[in-house]
Amino acid sequence: MIVLYINIILLCLLIITAVAINQQGNLFATTMLTGIFSLLSASLFVCLDAVDVAFTEAAVGAGIALILFLGTLSLIKFKEKITNQISITSLSIVVITGGFLIYGLHDIPAFGQAENPVQTYLAGKYIIESGNEIGIPNLVTSVLASYRGYDTLGEITVIFTACIGVLILLGRSKDDYKGIINKERF
Amino acid sequence: MEHHIVLSIVARILIPMIMLFALYVQFHGDYGPGGGFQAGVIFAASFILYGIIFGIENLREVIHPGFLRILAALGLLIYIGVGIIGILNGGEFLNYNLLSADPLTGQHIGIIFIELGVGITVSSTMIILFYAFARP
Repeated sequence: MIVLYINIILLCLLIITAVAINQQGNLFATTMLTGIFSLLSASLFVCLDAVDVAFTEAAVGAGIALILFLGTLSLIKFKEKITNQISITSLSIVVITGGFLIYGLHDIPAFGQAENPVQTYLAGKYIIESGNEIGIPNLVTSVLASYRGYDTLGEITVIFTACIGVLILLGRSKDDYKGIINKERF
Repeated sequence: MEHHIVLSIVARILIPMIMLFALYVQFHGDYGPGGGFQAGVIFAASFILYGIIFGIENLREVIHPGFLRILAALGLLIYIGVGIIGILNGGEFLNYNLLSADPLTGQHIGIIFIELGVGITVSSTMIILFYAFARP
């Protein structure tokens, strides 16, 4: 019962943070609020017993992403450019997409039911057999690293590719690495 | 930011602890929450904290960006290498059962090594991203 109340409080805080992010004109405050949003999501994941996901969300969302946002902020202005015009196209796209999402909600199976598709396909096999087949206590690790080894290889390749992409777009020249900072770039 | 004495002393105390925690998360991922990805991010966070407090130039002397590029590729190569050892031992790609005489030990060895590869790639990528975005 207490978990239900904690969930309700966390979800309310998430909505308040999202509205605050939307209303805030100062980009520094927006960035900080984004970090708070990630931390709240991480707490929600803990309530859902998804500790591994919460760990990742706290480290990446509230940690690294925030630093990268701040680094970008130091290169641009802190004030959001305010436009008072309401674009009809954007508004209609938002309303239509939102309508479809709410319509789609009716087809989602009820939360936490035993007969949900996610529970009936492979989850049971993993829970019953991973002890004999893999032999390590953390089920999440055995699924990620062994049963789904190809997927994790793909994820790492994506991260590596992203790293190469950032280096091509934003990488500094060799002179910069030697400590000679090219100030004309900024 | 050398004149911020509180920040620099707290960072000096925190950075080794963050690194130790990252190593714990890395190698305890089989038993508790965590694994290569989270550990990589936490390990990178210690370097990023150093870079924020003591300046990018000092961080560049601690860990060279060119070295990080090699590490990022090395992590991926460790992962693929573990998979190829599975083929050389007569099984499928990423088949850990054949890494040791006992399948369960093989699984354990395989998981530890691929998580290590994941950790190395993720942490070096995160520091590379920080270098790319941080103003010198």
